[in-house]
Amino acid sequence: MTALALSIKNLSKSFDGVNVLENVAFDLPKGKMLAILGPSGCGKTTLLRSIAGFETPNSGSIEISGKEVFGERKYLSSEKRRIGYVPQEGALFPHLTVAQNIAFGVPRNSKRNDRVLEMLELVGMEGFEKRMPHELSGGQQQRIALARALAPDPALILLDEPFSALDTGLRAKLREDIKYALEKSNATSIMVTHDQEEAFSMAEIIAVMRDGELIQIAEPDDIYTNPKDLNVATFVGETVLLDGYVKGDYVDCPLGTLSYQGNSPEKDKVTVMIRPEQFTIGAVENGIKAQVAKTTYFGHDSLIQMHFGQNENSFASIRVLGKPKVKKGDMVGLQVEGDVVIY
Amino acid sequence: MKLTGIFKGKEPQRKRISLLLLLPVFLFIFIACLPLLYIVIRAHEAGWETAIHLIFRERVYDLLKNTLLLDITVTFTSMVIGVATAWFIERTNLWGKRMWNVLITLPFAVPAFVSSYSWVSLSPVFEGFFGAFLVLTLYSYPLVHLPVAAALRGMNPSLEEVAHSLGYGPWKTFWRVTFPQMRPALFGGALLIALHTLAEFGALSLLRFDTFTTAIFDQYTMTFNGASAAMLTTVLLFLCLLFIGLELYIRGKAKYTPVGSGVSRSQEQIPLGASAPFVLIGFIALTVVAVGIPLGRLAYWLIHGSSASFPLAELLSNLFTTLSYGLGGAIATALIALPLVMLSLRHRGTLSVMAERVPYIVHSLPGLVIGLTLVFFAVRYMNPIYQTSVLLVIGYVLLYVPLAQSSIRASYEQAPERIEEVARTLGKRPITVFFTVTLPLIIPGIGAGMALVFLKIMNELTATLLLRPTGVDTLAIKVWQHTTNSEFAAAAPYAALLILISSLPVYVLTMRSFSSKRREKL
Repeated sequence: MTALALSIKNLSKSFDGVNVLENVAFDLPKGKMLAILGPSGCGKTTLLRSIAGFETPNSGSIEISGKEVFGERKYLSSEKRRIGYVPQEGALFPHLTVAQNIAFGVPRNSKRNDRVLEMLELVGMEGFEKRMPHELSGGQQQRIALARALAPDPALILLDEPFSALDTGLRAKLREDIKYALEKSNATSIMVTHDQEEAFSMAEIIAVMRDGELIQIAEPDDIYTNPKDLNVATFVGETVLLDGYVKGDYVDCPLGTLSYQGNSPEKDKVTVMIRPEQFTIGAVENGIKAQVAKTTYFGHDSLIQMHFGQNENSFASIRVLGKPKVKKGDMVGLQVEGDVVIY
Repeated sequence: MKLTGIFKGKEPQRKRISLLLLLPVFLFIFIACLPLLYIVIRAHEAGWETAIHLIFRERVYDLLKNTLLLDITVTFTSMVIGVATAWFIERTNLWGKRMWNVLITLPFAVPAFVSSYSWVSLSPVFEGFFGAFLVLTLYSYPLVHLPVAAALRGMNPSLEEVAHSLGYGPWKTFWRVTFPQMRPALFGGALLIALHTLAEFGALSLLRFDTFTTAIFDQYTMTFNGASAAMLTTVLLFLCLLFIGLELYIRGKAKYTPVGSGVSRSQEQIPLGASAPFVLIGFIALTVVAVGIPLGRLAYWLIHGSSASFPLAELLSNLFTTLSYGLGGAIATALIALPLVMLSLRHRGTLSVMAERVPYIVHSLPGLVIGLTLVFFAVRYMNPIYQTSVLLVIGYVLLYVPLAQSSIRASYEQAPERIEEVARTLGKRPITVFFTVTLPLIIPGIGAGMALVFLKIMNELTATLLLRPTGVDTLAIKVWQHTTNSEFAAAAPYAALLILISSLPVYVLTMRSFSSKRREKL
C-alpha cells in the first residue's frame, strides 16, 4: 500500500442549517495531484479550507501524512499542519520583496537563501528576487505564490482556483509550468476549480463535487468516459442524449442498436449518453441516415447539428476539426464508435 | 446581526475571540455608558421631583431657545454657502479653482475659539447672537462644502446630459437630477454641523452667548458639579442623541448606488458669462471674512503686543505640554482603536457591531459632557486619578477613537484575511502573523489616524479645561484664558503657535489623501 498524503473520513459541515459538506471521504496517495471539480457553491472551497484549518467541520476526521490534524477531539491549527496554500489571487505579502515572500516560511539558516533561488528557478522566475509584488503581472504573482508555498517543503499543497483571475491566453502556459513545478518537487497537491478543462489537463485524479457531496472520484479518463450519473456526464463535457430501451447486452435508440458499458440495469427505459467524439460522419449508405440542420464554424473546429430518425427532437451536435465538409440540408450517415453509457 | 452571536463568531467551538480584543471593547462600552449613569445618579440624589423641577423651568426654556436658534441658523446658512461654493468650484468655469479649493476649506483648520478671539478683539459688537452665528457659520461650512464637492465630482455626467436631452433646462436639471444625488452628502454634513454647534463651548463662551454648554460650564464652576449642571446636561444629551439618531437614520438610508459602469469623462462645465465677476467677488468676500480677518487680527496683535514681555519660556513650556498630550493621547487612542477595528472586521456578532458603532455615538457627545462625567466618577470612585494626566487622556480617547478607527479600518481592508491565512500555513503563529504581516500593512493607516487625533487634541479646549491636572496649561487653554480676560495681545503668540503646529498634521494628512488615489471612506 502506498503512503497516503491525505485521508479524509466522513467530513460534514453545516452553516446555518445548510449542509455545505456531507460525509465527504477520500484518500490521496503521496505525489499525486487531485483536482476537486464542481460548480460554484458545491462546497469545494469549504473542503479545501477545512483541510487547511481555516474552517472547522462539524464532524469527521482529516489526516495529513498519517497524522491526525482534525478529529473528534483534535484540532491542529493551520501553522502546524505543514500545508502550502495558494489562494485565488496569489495574495503575496505586498510589503515584502519576492525573495522575502518566498523565504517567509523557511526557517532562518544558512540554506535559506539557496532555497529561495532554487524555488525561483523551479517556477521560472530567476532574477526577480528584488522585485515588489506590485511590479509583477498576475501570472508572475501566481508563480511566486506557488514558490512561496513550496519553499518550506510542505506535506500538501492546496491551490484555490489559482488561474481564475488570469487571462485565457496566459492560463495554458502557466498551467503547464505549475504542473511541471509540482511534479519536479514531488509535491502532493489539491486544486479546486470549476473549469473542467483545467481539471482534466492538470490532475491525475479528479473528484467531482455537487451540493456538498463527493459524487465521483477517479482518474480523468474514467470520469470522462464513464461518469457516474447524467449530471456528472454533462458537467465534464459535451453530450448527445437519447432515449433508449435495453435489450439484453444492447440498447435500442434512434441511432440503432448499440453496446453499452457496465452491467445491465434494472429498468428497460434508459437515457443513452454518447460523447461527440464517438461519432463519425460518412456516406448516407453507411450508418444511420441524418440531415445536417446547421453548421457553425469556429476556426479551429466546427459544430455540426443534425437530426435523424422520425422524431423531430432527435438532434446530435458533433464537433469536427477545421472547416465542416458538409453543408445545411446534406444527407449523411452517422456511426457510433465504442460503447455508450446508459442511465 | 444575530443576538445569539455575542460570543460566537462564525466558528462556534474553536475560533474564539481573544481576550486581548475583548478587553478594550468591554472597557470602552462600559465607559461609554457613564454619561447616562451620571445623569441618573445625579437626578436620584437630588430627588426626582427636584430634578424634574430643574429641567422644566424658565431658564432651561431660554437656553433651549438660544441653542436651537443658533443651531438652526448656523446649519442652514452653512448648507447654503457650502453647496454654492462646491457647485461653483466643481461645475462652472470659475477663475482660479485650485486656489479657491484650498482657501475655502482653510477656515476649518482654525479652531472656532481662535477665530472668536479675533472677532471679539475687533469690536465688542460681535458679542452675542450675531457674532456666534457669524463665527460658527464661517467655521462650519467646509463640513458641507467638502462632501458635497466630492459628490458632485463623483456623479455620472450622463445623468445630467440625459435630463437635458429630455427637455430640462439647467435650473430644473439642478433641482430634479443633481440635487437629489448630492442630498445624502449634504444632509450628512449638515447633521455634523448641527452636532458640532450643539457641543461648541469655547467660541460661545468668548462671544458671551448663552447656550447649554456655556450655562452648564458656569454652573459647574459655581457649584462644582451640582445637580443643576447635571439636569442641564440631561437636556443637552437628549438633543445630541436626537441628532445622532437622525444621522444614523439618514446614513443608513441614503445610498444611491450608481447604475452602470464607472465615470471616465469629466464633468460638464457651465460658463459663468456675465455673472463671473459677481461670483468672484462673492468668493473674495467669503475668504476675507472667513480667513483674512481671523488671521489678520492675529497678525495685528502679534505685532502690536509688547515684544519686551514676550513670554518665550512660558510659551515653550506650554508648547511642550500641548505636544506631549497630543502625542500621548494619539498613542492611547490608536491602542484602543486597533482592537476595536480588528474585532469589527475579523469577527461577526453583536459585539463587533457595537465595537463599530458605540465609539461614533460617544464621539458625537459634547466634550463638556464627557468631561463632567469623568470628573464626577473620578472624584467619587477613583479619586487618585482625578486631576491627573491619566483622566485627561481617557477623555481624549473617548472623544477621538472613531477618527483613528476609520483611518485604521481603511488600511486594514487593504490587508485581506487571505494574506493572514497564507502566513499561517507557512508555519507562523497568529501573534507572529500580526507583527510580520498585518502590522506593516496597516502602519500608514495607524499613522494617519494618529496625526488626525493629535491635531484634534491640540485644538481641544472643553474637556481639557475640566480634566487637566492643576497648573497644566495647553496652548488652547492659554488662548482661552487670556481672551476671557480681554488680554488680546497676550493671547496672540499662543494662538499663532497653535495654528502653526496644527498645520503640520493637516499637511501630512492632505499629502496622504492626495497620494492614496482616493480610497476615501466617509
